[in-house]
Amino acid sequence: MAIQIVSIILSALLTENFVMVKFLGICPFLGVSKKVETAVGMGMAVTFVMALASAFTWIVNRFLLIPFDLLYLQTIVFILIIAGLVQFVEMFMKKSMPSLYSALGIYLPLITTNCAVLGVTLLNVQNYPDSFIYSLLYGIFAALGFTLAIVLMAGIRENLDEDAVPESFRGFPIALITAGLMAIAFMGFSGFSI
Amino acid sequence: MPDEKKTVSSVFVNGLLKENPTFVQLLGMCPTLAVTTSLKNGLGMGLSATAVLICSNILISLLRKLIPDKVRIAAYIVIIAAFVTMIDMSLKAFLPDLASSLGLFIPLIVVNCIILARAEAFASKNSPVLSAADGLGMGLGFTGALCIISAIREFLGAGTVWGIALYGTHIAPATIVIMAPGGFIVLGLLIGTINFIAAKRKGDK
Repeated sequence: MAIQIVSIILSALLTENFVMVKFLGICPFLGVSKKVETAVGMGMAVTFVMALASAFTWIVNRFLLIPFDLLYLQTIVFILIIAGLVQFVEMFMKKSMPSLYSALGIYLPLITTNCAVLGVTLLNVQNYPDSFIYSLLYGIFAALGFTLAIVLMAGIRENLDEDAVPESFRGFPIALITAGLMAIAFMGFSGFSI
Repeated sequence: MPDEKKTVSSVFVNGLLKENPTFVQLLGMCPTLAVTTSLKNGLGMGLSATAVLICSNILISLLRKLIPDKVRIAAYIVIIAAFVTMIDMSLKAFLPDLASSLGLFIPLIVVNCIILARAEAFASKNSPVLSAADGLGMGLGFTGALCIISAIREFLGAGTVWGIALYGTHIAPATIVIMAPGGFIVLGLLIGTINFIAAKRKGDK
């Protein structure tokens, strides 16, 4: 049990990092990584949504889809749950954390189409269909892995603006190449798997 | 092109080249990077996304006057998810090898930004015929881009194209190109090169 938990945490956070190894959530990773502050905010919002989504989709899958033999509806049901959750988080933040709400702006509704969120729910029902705790843990730590990658990237990109990058490589291309170099670094973690 | 009259062919070419979803609009990056490890995967992913895009564009265009404005995004997502589920099931039934190598990324077509972006920007404002042309153009533009990237990565990273070995065992292929870092770097270099050529062309005119 304890070893299983440590292994889930390590793989979700580092060895199978969602952005760097699994290529999930690339759009926000490249789109919202220009400033460290917004990157942290985005990471937190995604973590919140992914944790809630992991919990809700596990419950719906276990107690609705499996007993009624409706597994083929998984994709549709999960994306609706996620869209609903994002709407809920948006309303909640508007009331209780207006400063963070305005800082995230347009990116908040876009979490619905972040493939990391739908990806984690689909991976959970594949890998941990029987364990609520493992699903929730995987959701939370995969999201923290996303946050780690996007914050590191934002730190690099803030400095990149002042460097002499060739004109045609400014912006997106150099960001992709930077991400590639980061991915090489993340490959170094692959020995950690238990 | 707000003033030009939209014809089926202009809409099609627009999607295929001028506003290529991958190289110009930079949409749908996750599948672009994740499945382009071999030409077969790239083509399979591109064609699956194209099929979903055409179907969802036509249906959304037909329903554009019925869907209330406030819930339109949710409605679009449900329509797209329904088509993706159909594609997912047919791939599993008819092309099980492809389905298993694309894996998670088939259901993830639902959240491919290209499809939602075309629904919102084009299909919700235009006739079903034009929307179908737009879906076909954008879809093939996406497929073409995936094929280029995956051919380069397969050639450099595995020494093969479409599974056929091109250089013998004398030269070891650079495996890193088909691993995660290679995806980022190849795409970055490609977009940079395209920007460079585009800038050159503009300078010549």
